[in-house]
Amino acid sequence: MVEFLQFTLSGISFGMIYAAIALSLVLIWRGTRLLNFAQGGMAMFTTYVAIEVVHHTGSYWAGFAAALAAGVVLGAVAELAVIRPALGKPELNAVIITIGLLVLLEGLAGILYGGQFRSFPAAFSVIGLRAGSTPLGVSRFDVFVAGAVLATTLLLAIGFRYTSVGLRMRAAAFNATVARLSGIRVARVITLGWALAGLLGALAGVLVSPSTFLYPNSMDSIFVLGFTAAVIGGLDSPVGAVVGGLLLGVALSYAAGYLGSQGSDLTTVVALVILVVVLMFRPDGIFSGARVRRV
Amino acid sequence: MTRSHRLRLPAIAVVAVAALTVAACSSGGSSSSGPGGGGSSSAGGGSSSTALTASAPGITATTITIGSHQPLTGPAAPGYSEIAPASAAYFAYVNANGGVYGRKIAYKYLDDAYNPTTTSQVVRQLVLQDNAYAIFNGLGTPTHLAVLSFLNSQKIPDVFVASGCDCWNAPTTAPETFGWQLDYTREGKILGQYVAQHFAGKKIGYFYQDDEFGMDGVKGLDYEVPKSMVVSRQSYVPTNTNVAPQVAALRASGAQVVVSFSIPAFTALLKLTSLKLGFSPTLVVSNVGSDPITLSGLLEAFAKQGGATVNGNALTAGIISDGYAPSVGDAGNSWIALFKKVHDQYDAKAPFDGNVLYGMAAGYTFVQAMLKAGRNPTRADLVSAINSGLPQGPAVAPYAYSATDHDGVTGAYIGTVNNGILTQEGKVLTTDTSPTGPITPFSGTESQAPAGGVPAP
Amino acid sequence: MRAQSTPRVLGAALVVAVMVVILSIRLNTFRDYQIAEIAIEVTAVAGLTVLTGLSGQISLGNGAFMAIGAYTTALITLHLGWPFIAVLVIAAAVTAVAGAVVGLAAARLHGPYLAGATLLVGVALPSVANAYPGTFGGDQGLNVVFTTPGFLGVNFPLTRWQAWVCSAVALVTLVLLANLSRSRVGRNWRAVRDNEVAAALAGVNVARTRILAFVVSATCAGMAGALLAIVTELVAPGAFTITLSIALLTAAVIGGLGTLPGALWGSLVIILVPTYATDVATSHGLSSSVASNIPVAAYGVVLILVMLIFPQGIQGGVRWALGLFGIPSAPARPAASVPDVTPRAGAAPASQHTVPARKGSPPESQEKEGTP
Repeated sequence: MVEFLQFTLSGISFGMIYAAIALSLVLIWRGTRLLNFAQGGMAMFTTYVAIEVVHHTGSYWAGFAAALAAGVVLGAVAELAVIRPALGKPELNAVIITIGLLVLLEGLAGILYGGQFRSFPAAFSVIGLRAGSTPLGVSRFDVFVAGAVLATTLLLAIGFRYTSVGLRMRAAAFNATVARLSGIRVARVITLGWALAGLLGALAGVLVSPSTFLYPNSMDSIFVLGFTAAVIGGLDSPVGAVVGGLLLGVALSYAAGYLGSQGSDLTTVVALVILVVVLMFRPDGIFSGARVRRV
Repeated sequence: MTRSHRLRLPAIAVVAVAALTVAACSSGGSSSSGPGGGGSSSAGGGSSSTALTASAPGITATTITIGSHQPLTGPAAPGYSEIAPASAAYFAYVNANGGVYGRKIAYKYLDDAYNPTTTSQVVRQLVLQDNAYAIFNGLGTPTHLAVLSFLNSQKIPDVFVASGCDCWNAPTTAPETFGWQLDYTREGKILGQYVAQHFAGKKIGYFYQDDEFGMDGVKGLDYEVPKSMVVSRQSYVPTNTNVAPQVAALRASGAQVVVSFSIPAFTALLKLTSLKLGFSPTLVVSNVGSDPITLSGLLEAFAKQGGATVNGNALTAGIISDGYAPSVGDAGNSWIALFKKVHDQYDAKAPFDGNVLYGMAAGYTFVQAMLKAGRNPTRADLVSAINSGLPQGPAVAPYAYSATDHDGVTGAYIGTVNNGILTQEGKVLTTDTSPTGPITPFSGTESQAPAGGVPAP
Repeated sequence: MRAQSTPRVLGAALVVAVMVVILSIRLNTFRDYQIAEIAIEVTAVAGLTVLTGLSGQISLGNGAFMAIGAYTTALITLHLGWPFIAVLVIAAAVTAVAGAVVGLAAARLHGPYLAGATLLVGVALPSVANAYPGTFGGDQGLNVVFTTPGFLGVNFPLTRWQAWVCSAVALVTLVLLANLSRSRVGRNWRAVRDNEVAAALAGVNVARTRILAFVVSATCAGMAGALLAIVTELVAPGAFTITLSIALLTAAVIGGLGTLPGALWGSLVIILVPTYATDVATSHGLSSSVASNIPVAAYGVVLILVMLIFPQGIQGGVRWALGLFGIPSAPARPAASVPDVTPRAGAAPASQHTVPARKGSPPESQEKEGTP
């Protein structure tokens, strides 16, 4: 029973990271109808920025803020420099460009920072919390991770719903032509979406790096699972991203915990099974709109 | 009738362009490969002090070109990518101090990103195009296995493979191939005996990487540790950094000692996750995963954040491990002094850690072998030189090399990490890879680094 | 026109075959090896370019089909010792079945959902080899023994024979795919890609058509896997990473999606760019971590630049260049008839079900020309 609790909580803690990546993918998908394969690479790069800042200032929070700022800049610059010229071209072109961007960022990180594991600090203690004498398997930092992702999701949801910028973003995502006709500068809104996605990715990077260590490829498998989470939840749904991330995190944790050594080998197979089962019943993810396909 | 079709084979013109591309590329590339293939004949492996000749492909009067495949990028690069530059640094030192019979070693190592397909490609490039005399210290088990039959069928010396797989010891099927480091089975046996003797009656848990490295290690452990003592066996895959389920299972099994065949990042994760779960077993970690410099580098950021409860070297203190080379922290050791000097002069950017020591020690062994192979060696001369045995080098135990045994280092000592340094406890132990082969204390003396830093011919 | 095409295709294939033979004899053995590598890549990419370019389905998991073909080859060679031609047929058949299974599951999925599902297939399948080391050899994989046939004599270089075998399989595959794409099957693929509803109304069995495309693409990947097994002589999970699957799609797109010459251009880029970038980077005395990462960064830059400069892929650029000299190639309409020049944020709800490479892609623009 204690184990079950520990598996669940550690699953939630990793699931929150997948959720953050999934959320950033959803933001970009809603704005540009594009899968951003560079999302993990961007998160990796901004975490290196954070490490440099932490190293020079000695302040974790300065590094944290720098990473988020770098994420915003990187997202916006990527959209303006290489994505925008490719929009309106065959759809896969932009996808390949994001793959190119991923490879470029990983190469640059290798050139600038070398290929070694880097240690990234946690904001709070990594010592486990206890309920009475029972260790829960999560630390104060894990609680912070969950809180930070949830708070950001909430802020985004509120922003989308109640601010005029959010309304414009939703309008542009729903129907660009109509949005444009009603005077919304769709291009700006899209750039903003990328910037926010960059911020979310950066958040995921600084939150997960204490648990994975940082190296140029450190976000690769996190990205794959974040992408899976987004697909499970439905790429149009921010709520779906969070639910998908948690579902995946917890399920993989159980698989590794209960299936023994083959379970750890087969974590990706477990993820695949979950994905297939979900898509069998909901081809557009759990939280897809209740639209009926016209075939 | 459809008038057009989307898919068509290239028009002939297009094909011609394709062919020209390949041809053009080839002319560009082949110009870079020197004329090394010519000298397979005259000099032979003479030991007479005649003039230096181009006695074999890759050997000229002035240079010895050797190649290697290394994971310089990709997920396996952290840590391992330090090894080849360290070997290159030692070769640079040798070149600056007279070289090998006056020849300079040119070490060309290419990135395979730890992908066997790429290994296949870059090793063929090194052998077929760059005329490498030998492949030295190719890194990784699955990667090197991909070129094992190619190198042996081409009769290319394949020396000192950077992997602890016992599979390099196959003198009949792979006569050109030689292991170097202590293989994981021997290491498992030595650690296993220590565990069985020192933790009798306690509950033991295993934590291992789910590949040949971890499984060979566990095989060796099982030869020595009674099955009844082992209460839990947990494996991890390097692509999944959430090891909480495994650690929770170890904790639930009541394991008091955890033996870990893991890479440094996962040793660190094991430690951090144990903190989360309030689990504090005695840790016994294989050599690969216990490098104190790497580990404390990984844990450093947490030590600062952890406050009073977790401080400094406390996170690595008490880890029991084994070493087949002198401890990096043992400044009084002649080998450490030598390699530190070379490091400071030629490879100062890298941290002086276990990987750097590894690369330099392997490089030293290669120079030993080349000197033994003679002034104008053929490829076969290098192989027979190693087959007739090499004197003990930087490693603490002798090599197994003979015509019928291609294993490298045969033993190690057990030590404990304190203040970021692995301190030897007890004697060096040697053994073989068989289930029942005895583990015996090594009676010989520790070797000393030569004064000039270059092995004597 | 149609009657003319088959000889034209065969003629082109013959010319390539002759060139491969000449090049393989003239160039050094490492170039032979590269020819084999390129032929393997072409085989796999050609299948994918059919799937994605013609039938409009994306796959980020074709590396997994290569793994199936390679493991089938290794297991049969190891346990039964059959000749390679038989092994190749079995490997193709096994991957065809696997393709049918995946295609069946994928038939209802579109766009990113299909991408996500196939991506995970690509990630998950090789890990099965790790989970069952008794059968698949774990991470060390299985060894494959491949030798030159006796009639060529003992001195015939193995790499040259490998180059010939791989090129032969690649060419046969290309010829078959070229014919297939002109057949009724190919027309159905394009019809389904362009408009599923219209295709269904016209009597096309949409699901079956989509599954068949998956089968064809998987079969090509499976044969490529079989070839990879005999060329690298080892089949191990480390060779079938997600990077491989992504590289296949990348090659198909930057070469020119839906075009068979594009499969060749894309493969050349994927195989040769990293090698040459490495040669350049290592010859300038840079530090190891810099020199080894420059090719990685350069590869990323090449991908971005090709996509920005040649929206229709390299084949689009080739057509344009040939057009400058007045040489008629396949109908050249780069970037023609792009319906919405604005960012496609406005995709209406229904168009979320469109598949990649549909709007404004060359396949569509050219197909329109042929449709009455």
